[in-house]
Amino acid sequence: MHRSSEVKHVASYLNTRGCECFGQPCESHCPVLTDRTIHVQLKTFIKIRVKPDRTGVVTDGVKHSMNPFCEIAVEEAIKLKEKKLVKEVVAVSCGPQQVQETIRTALAMGADRGIHVEVSGKDYETLGPLQVSKIFAALAKKEQADLIILGKQAIDDDCNQTGQITAALLDWPQGTFASEMTLEADKLKVVREVDGGLETIKINLPAVVTADLRLNTPRYATLPNIMKAKKKKIANVKPADLGVDVCSRLEVLKVDEPPQRQAGVKVETVDDLVGKLKEAGRV
Amino acid sequence: MAADSASALVCIIILCSLCFQKTKALLIHPNTLFLNLTELTDQQKEFQELARKFSREEIVPAAPSYDKSGEYPFPLIKRAWELGLINGHIPEDCGGMGLGIFDSCLITEELAFGCTGVQTAIEANSLGQMPVIIAGNDAQKKKYLGRMAEEPLMCAYCVTEPGAGSDVAGIKTRAVKKGDEYVINGQKMWITNGGKANWYFLLACTDPDPKCPTSRAFTGFIVEADTPGVQPGRKELNMGQRCSDTRGITFEDVRIPKENVLIGEGTGFKIAMGAFDKTRPPVAAGATGLAQRALEEATKYALERKTFGKFIAEHQAVSFLLAEMAMKVELARMAYQRAAWEVDQGRRNTYYASIAKAFAGDIANQCATDAVQIFGGNGFNSEYPVEKLMRDAKIYQIYEGTAQIQRLIISREHLGKFKQ
Repeated sequence: MHRSSEVKHVASYLNTRGCECFGQPCESHCPVLTDRTIHVQLKTFIKIRVKPDRTGVVTDGVKHSMNPFCEIAVEEAIKLKEKKLVKEVVAVSCGPQQVQETIRTALAMGADRGIHVEVSGKDYETLGPLQVSKIFAALAKKEQADLIILGKQAIDDDCNQTGQITAALLDWPQGTFASEMTLEADKLKVVREVDGGLETIKINLPAVVTADLRLNTPRYATLPNIMKAKKKKIANVKPADLGVDVCSRLEVLKVDEPPQRQAGVKVETVDDLVGKLKEAGRV
Repeated sequence: MAADSASALVCIIILCSLCFQKTKALLIHPNTLFLNLTELTDQQKEFQELARKFSREEIVPAAPSYDKSGEYPFPLIKRAWELGLINGHIPEDCGGMGLGIFDSCLITEELAFGCTGVQTAIEANSLGQMPVIIAGNDAQKKKYLGRMAEEPLMCAYCVTEPGAGSDVAGIKTRAVKKGDEYVINGQKMWITNGGKANWYFLLACTDPDPKCPTSRAFTGFIVEADTPGVQPGRKELNMGQRCSDTRGITFEDVRIPKENVLIGEGTGFKIAMGAFDKTRPPVAAGATGLAQRALEEATKYALERKTFGKFIAEHQAVSFLLAEMAMKVELARMAYQRAAWEVDQGRRNTYYASIAKAFAGDIANQCATDAVQIFGGNGFNSEYPVEKLMRDAKIYQIYEGTAQIQRLIISREHLGKFKQ
């Protein structure tokens, strides 16, 4: 289909999920207090608890904020706009009412308008990458987006699927784990961080890119921009309007905490060690 | 039976009204409107979130080295300026954001959490600007406030002198009218941002006649810092808030055009005092930020350090200390928020502002001391963050109206209401 050479829309999919960091320091949006000494290396943790019925984790009362990789995605989109390589940046998020706060943050960073795809209650609990990708693909067609930038994965579910599935549904090329991206006419040069090192690819637009950690450093939203963001529009859309069924094909059987770490045992000699390993059936 | 109960009812009613008459005298609060305790608006939450993020990610790591070196934290101030976190009060038609005092206080508390030295340097801007905001004419506002919104400039509030702090009416700096100019001679002391300011708000005596009442003897001026004769002294080495630039300033035959007089000759005292009603709540917010930091640091330490087989937080002596710190922080916060809200409603808030500042200053010192106590030997050491808090907290009982002056104001306001 005909497409003008000028990139029109860049849509950033924002993941708003719980800061469910499973006991690991979640530096991006938990307050971090560090001190120069070794003694008092202080980081705050949000303790994640499994629900009593073991169907998931407790999300009530847990602070939700923009996924850090999505912040990087938004930043990249805004950078492109500042370089006048794209005309408009649209921030999109799927979820309940509170997701609007996250979209507002993106608007305050510099996105032009937002789209809130309303998914709440039971549907939200079972919302996974496949449904989101379908929503996203439908929106991309509707908005005639030329470029979709997302975070490479959400730090709560660590799925790392949405970008890839979206590209497949749209039959668009994808540049995932991007640590660098350059727009050259209607082609996109993406440097990807892969296990073996860095891979540089050139893909045609329209395309999907997923942002990795080193792509950029997201800016703060400045106070004047926060105030201006209030005037920017956030459109409300339902998945049904896009013809998407958010019913999940997956059923969570159970969610358990990781097993408690057992205390170790000290042995005197190597022979003892081998003996113990044999006992445990490991050798 | 019915008659009895009816008369009993009548008696009760009379009794009630008598009681009411008596209690009415005790209802000295003219303002029975309680502030509607609602949540912060989304915008306020976002402001707070931005300030919090900036403070914890950029100010907290940099604060110890600025404290050691005493270097002016200009990079941090510039960054805060770029984010729009300072100069919030500047009216929109001068390029500012026209924020209310409440919103500014939310931001101030978060910045102070990071480092009160940095926050004081920033707050001095508000203090210097406030007389211009409340008393400047359009030309003065556009000129002196406008430039603050265009570049990260600093300003200062020059009232205190070596011989007169609390007794503002005792200042000796003289301003003599000569033609279209005023010639200033005198000395100011303890001026925050004294060496970094682009312009000063200056209070000087224009009528030294002892018979002239205070309300007509002083005049407020805007003085460009590069005016010949303005001589900032050396940077003073203070106990705490060491990165803040505090100096004495000598004015020797400094000529100021009459266009730089605020309102008119003789109105200075009222302007200088009027600024305080708007700047005391943010100072209280700053002290609260420091107290909050003390509480958080102490709590984290108490949940890590063990003694006698358990975390020190599990010993009641320590947990009670933490509880009292928490009480004080929460109350100080409510106090400054009330004071800020009152002035934003357009009401005179002197009573609340003084209460907030006095209380917050006192509890900041108490909480910082208690935090050091909880850290034990480590707390006394400069490798841990709490000894800095204790040194930084002291000034909150001194500047912007000493703890004693605040009590004078509160008692005067309180007795004044009672007598009505």
